[in-house]
Amino acid sequence: MDITVNILLTIATAATPLLIAAIGELVVERSGVLNLGVEGMMIMGAVGGFGAGYLTGSPWIGLLAAVAMGAVFSLLFAVMTLSLATNQVATGLSLTLLGLGLSGMMGTSFVGQPGERLPNLDIPGLTSIPVVGRLLFGQDPIFYISIALTAAVMWFLFKTRTGLTLRSIGDSHTSAHALGIKVIRYRYLSVIFGGACAGLAGGHLSLVYTPQWVENMTAGRGWIALALVVFASWRPWRVLAGAYIFGAVWIGQLHAQAFGIPVPSQLLSSLPYLATVVVLVLISRNKRLTMMNTPASLGQPFVPDR
Amino acid sequence: MSANHDGTTLLEVRGLTKIFGTLTACDHVDLNIAKGEIHALLGENGAGKSTLVKMLFGSLEPNSGEIFWNGQAVRITSPGAAKKLGIGMVFQHFSLFEALTAAENIALSLDDGSPISSIAAKARALSYSYGLPLDPESLVGDLSVGERQRIEIIRCLLQTPQLIILDEPTSVLTPQEADKLFETLERLRSEGKSILYISHRLEEVKRICDRATVLRHGKVVGHCNPRQETASSLARMMVGNEVKAVVRAPAEGIETAPALLDIRALTRKPATPFSIPLKNINLRVRAGEVIGIAGVAGNGQGEFFESVSGEVLQQDAGSVRIRGKDAGGLTITGRRLMGAAFVPEERLGHGAAPRMKLSENLLLSRHATDGKAFVGSGGMVKSSAVYSAAQRIIEAMDVRKSAPDPEAAALSGGNLQKFIVGRELDRRPSVMVVNQPTWGVDAGAAAHIRQALIELARSGSAVLVISQDLDELFEISDAIAVMHNGELSKPLPIAEATFEKIGLLMGGAEPGHAEHTLETA
Repeated sequence: MDITVNILLTIATAATPLLIAAIGELVVERSGVLNLGVEGMMIMGAVGGFGAGYLTGSPWIGLLAAVAMGAVFSLLFAVMTLSLATNQVATGLSLTLLGLGLSGMMGTSFVGQPGERLPNLDIPGLTSIPVVGRLLFGQDPIFYISIALTAAVMWFLFKTRTGLTLRSIGDSHTSAHALGIKVIRYRYLSVIFGGACAGLAGGHLSLVYTPQWVENMTAGRGWIALALVVFASWRPWRVLAGAYIFGAVWIGQLHAQAFGIPVPSQLLSSLPYLATVVVLVLISRNKRLTMMNTPASLGQPFVPDR
Repeated sequence: MSANHDGTTLLEVRGLTKIFGTLTACDHVDLNIAKGEIHALLGENGAGKSTLVKMLFGSLEPNSGEIFWNGQAVRITSPGAAKKLGIGMVFQHFSLFEALTAAENIALSLDDGSPISSIAAKARALSYSYGLPLDPESLVGDLSVGERQRIEIIRCLLQTPQLIILDEPTSVLTPQEADKLFETLERLRSEGKSILYISHRLEEVKRICDRATVLRHGKVVGHCNPRQETASSLARMMVGNEVKAVVRAPAEGIETAPALLDIRALTRKPATPFSIPLKNINLRVRAGEVIGIAGVAGNGQGEFFESVSGEVLQQDAGSVRIRGKDAGGLTITGRRLMGAAFVPEERLGHGAAPRMKLSENLLLSRHATDGKAFVGSGGMVKSSAVYSAAQRIIEAMDVRKSAPDPEAAALSGGNLQKFIVGRELDRRPSVMVVNQPTWGVDAGAAAHIRQALIELARSGSAVLVISQDLDELFEISDAIAVMHNGELSKPLPIAEATFEKIGLLMGGAEPGHAEHTLETA
């Protein structure tokens, strides 16, 4: 029983950073902007979070620093693509490369240092309930934030007027502009929100998952988050499902490798990717729904006539 | 300063000028709209109508000039500012969001925070009171163009504007839908609202407008009362000189001529949720004749063109036959090699590569069919042969340009279209399929293209023209078929076709039913 609970807890830990980064990118893409810099923003969040935690001794300050780092770093992307109308794909890719390089440089003195870890939730009387206690009331704070964030984004996008406006910009920025909607302002805020989320996801890696600093410690998670958004056809609950499927198969194949089952490890390592793609493709078979949820102006720069 | 403001003028424009680079799109334009009038803004494509309207709606900023609203000088810096003043706009290319519902689209343009359900109820009530029934829950992507226009109009009316600007509103409507629109406009006028009506269709301007301002090359060339003018005097004001009428010699002996293009039971599933399936289309185009296909935009014409041209292959090779041979499984190049030629709807990006020279564009579309002439041994391009062929087309079609061999994007719409049509005509194709041959082309160039298509047919080719412009189809076709919701009616010989009959078919009436209603009417 304890083993099952432990496995479930590790799955949640593996899924949380993917979920947070993907939910942030989902909002960005719903506004019509494609930011391929998730990996770069995430690693900046990781180094910023670790550094602040290490220097102040408080993982909570580290958490705030991670969020701020991601947001500030995404501002660079926003200025380039929204104000200067540069190509979003090229700018996003360079943001990733810049983030990986810059974080490595900033983190040289942190390598090998012990980090601060965010404490798990511990509510007397509740956390000690067998089985469900640790699952529901004993996880790290970012896990709870990730679930709340998913619910909040769902509510915001589909139940509020501001969310409707954001989706309309993603559908057609020229039409939105003709209605007098401030396209660029909405997109700035979306990109910064996405950056803050990516930063938080990075902070989860260096403050919870493995509380230390290792160069390139995001290990491609930003790219997986990007793919999740597309395969989930821009719908929050599907992103959640995708992140957890990925996490589950990831942990599963690690255990399988540990047991030494006679399957090439390369094949096992590719399983999480395959499983996630297959499941998400299956649930987005409804072409019409997919079409309705695809932001039609994704990736196109917006330059109003003057 | 609000000179001669007597309380009846709603909007006055003085000396409004907009310059793009070297082009003066609007040159000291004066315009004056009274309360409770329908004012026409007339002009050819490229005369500066859209630029003027965009300045009035705040999406372009004028270089100089003044705008007075109710006698007060105003600066309209954004669409939001225009809405605040009380200016509403119904766009030609609709500014709707396809993935959202009608009610959501309307809610987006209203600034109040009222819930969607109450907006939906208001929109429904208003739409029925104006006789423009609308289902607020429907998804815009599923609606016809006429229904989309209703949403635009209702959305505009819910903002209770004083001035409503309509940009070419009837270009996407059947004649019957247009009548309905005119009733709505007259009712709005009787409620004291002003309407700026932009059109190049002279008959409807004569019918509903109180005054007209005519633009040519960015300048106002006259103000008039359209009811006192004739269609040809208005046309002269718009164009500046007489337009040569298109001559259609009678087609002889086409009943016995072979069908060069033969479409049999052509069926196609919808490629995307919002596209139209083709349902069992049958059509024969014989040597020597021009067949026109009418229809409201978005009824499957685009899908039909893709299928006939080979942009999309058919599963049943016999559903498209060219010169008596199955062509359904062939690509565009394969069909071209059989003697067919195709002119798609979009000039830039589909008909021509914008940043390539005219001669390069010629080579792109004809390297396969004219391989020997244009490509030498070892696959080297014979540049001089391509260049001289391009010059031959430019001369034959009277393409006006600024350089000997300019980029396609540097040509005006009309001149590029002449080149693209000329490029295909130059091959003397035995089957020619054209989608919207003169969309956005000025009157002179349009007449030139239409005449060339008729002459191609009379020299023994089969010509198929898909167009939204009924006047054009009546001018050049020997028979007109109508496409509605992916189905094609039987072609009506031109002698039997009338605007009413074609209009009813465009609205989806059964052919037999259409004639019945006409008889009883």
